[in-house]
Amino acid sequence: MLQTATMPIIQVENLNKWFGKLHVLKNITLNVAQGERIVICGPSGSGKSTLIRCLNKLENHQQGRITVDGVTLDDATRNVDQVRREVGMVFQHFNLFPHLTILQNLTLAPIWVRKIPRKQAEAEAIAYLERVKIAEQTHKYPGQLSGGQQQRVAIARSLCMNPKIMLFDEPTSSLDPEMIKEVLDVMVELARGGMTMLVVTHEMGFAREVADRVVFMDAGEITESAEPGNFFERPQTQRAKQFLSQILGH
Amino acid sequence: MSLVQTFFNSQVMLAALPALLRGLVNTLLLSAMSICAGTAVGLLVSLVRLYAPKALRVLAIIYIDLLRAMPMLVVLILIYYALPFLGIRFTSWTSAVLAFSMVMSAYSAEVFRAGIEGVPAGQFEAAAALGMPFAQTLRLVVLPQAIKAIVPPMTGNCVSMFKDTSLASTVALPELLNEATNAQALYANPSPLIMAALVYVALLWPMVRLVSILERRTQAKRA
Repeated sequence: MLQTATMPIIQVENLNKWFGKLHVLKNITLNVAQGERIVICGPSGSGKSTLIRCLNKLENHQQGRITVDGVTLDDATRNVDQVRREVGMVFQHFNLFPHLTILQNLTLAPIWVRKIPRKQAEAEAIAYLERVKIAEQTHKYPGQLSGGQQQRVAIARSLCMNPKIMLFDEPTSSLDPEMIKEVLDVMVELARGGMTMLVVTHEMGFAREVADRVVFMDAGEITESAEPGNFFERPQTQRAKQFLSQILGH
Repeated sequence: MSLVQTFFNSQVMLAALPALLRGLVNTLLLSAMSICAGTAVGLLVSLVRLYAPKALRVLAIIYIDLLRAMPMLVVLILIYYALPFLGIRFTSWTSAVLAFSMVMSAYSAEVFRAGIEGVPAGQFEAAAALGMPFAQTLRLVVLPQAIKAIVPPMTGNCVSMFKDTSLASTVALPELLNEATNAQALYANPSPLIMAALVYVALLWPMVRLVSILERRTQAKRA
C-alpha cells in the first residue's frame, strides 16, 4: 500500500531499544498510514508490546526516531503529552481506575486534560458506552464488571479522548474465552469506522478479518510485513511458519 | 496517708485542674501543628524520594533515615540546646514543633512511599496514556488509591506523635505533662501526674483501638 499523497501518521525509523544489556528492539522501521489497521504478532518476548509502548512513550527508546502525527517523540514533555492525547491505548489488564465509577473513568481525562465541561464529557462518555454496549453500567465500579465488560469500558475510555490512533496491547489475552468475542466485536466496529489501529494480538481470526497488514516480530526485529492473506498462506520465514503452525494448529 | 489520698487526692486534683487544662490545650495544639506540618512535609519528601533526580533522592533517603534513627528526644534537645551554640535560638514552641514535624515527616514519608508503591504500575500507565500530566495522575489516580493503605499506619503515627508531645516538657513547654510535674512539685503530691496519665489514656485509648480495627480491616481485604 503506497501512500504518496499523504504522510504516514506514524513513522518509526531505525528504532533501537535496550532493557539494560538486553537488545529488545533492533532497527525497527515501520510506517503506518492514516486509517491503516496493523496486527502485530510473534512469539512472546519478541518485542511486540515494547514496540507499541514506545509509540506513546510509555517506554523510552535509545536510538532512532519516532514521529506520530507530525510530532517527534523526544525528551520534550510537551511533545509527549501532545502525542498521548492523540493516541489511545488499551492494555491487557484493562487498567481501569478502581476507585472511580465507569462514568468517572471515562470523563476524568476529558475533563482534566481536554478541559471540556463535565456535562459535555458525561454526554460523550455515555455515547461511547452505548457504542461498546454497556450504557447500563454507568454508575458501577470496575470491580463489579466482568473482564470483557471492563475491557470494553477501557476502549470507551480511550475513545473519549478522540484519539486519531488506537494501540491495543494484547487486549484479549487475559479474558475468559467466552468474553473475547464481545471485545473483538467492538474492535472490528472501530476498525470499520476508519480508526488507525495497531493491535498486538494472537487472535488470527481478527487479523484476517480487519488487518490491512500483519507484522511479524521475532527477537526484537520485524521479520515479515504482509497482507494477511499473504502472511497466512505464504509466510516467508521459518520462524513465522513455526509460529503460525503453533498458534493455528491446536 | 492512704493510697487513695496519695495518688487520687481530690483536693490536689481540683486545685491542679486549671493548670492541667491549660497544659492539655497546649498538648492538643502542639500535636495538631506537628501532625499537619509533618504530614504535608512527609508527602513532599516521599515524592522527592520516589521521583526526584538521583541526587535529591539520596538526600531524601538520608533525611528519612537519620530522623528515624534518632530518638525524638535527641532531635528536640539538639534543636533547643545545641543550635544556640551556632547562634540559632528557637523558643521552646518553635523547637518542639520543628523537632516533632521533622520526625513525623520522616515516618509519614515512608508511609506515603509504601502506599504509592502499592498502586499498580498499570494505573500510572493508563493515566499517562490518556495524556494526564504526572501531578494530575498522582492527585486524581494514585493518591486516592494509596490512601487506603496509608490511613492505618498514619493513624498509628499520629498516636505516637500525640504521646511524644510529652517530651516537650524537657524544653519547658507548658504542655500537659509539664503542667502536671509542676503541680506535683507545688502540692508535693503525685495526683496531678496520675491525672495527666488518665487524660492521655482517655484520649488515646479510642485511637489505639481504631488503629487495630483499621489494620484488621486492611488485612481482611488483602486476604
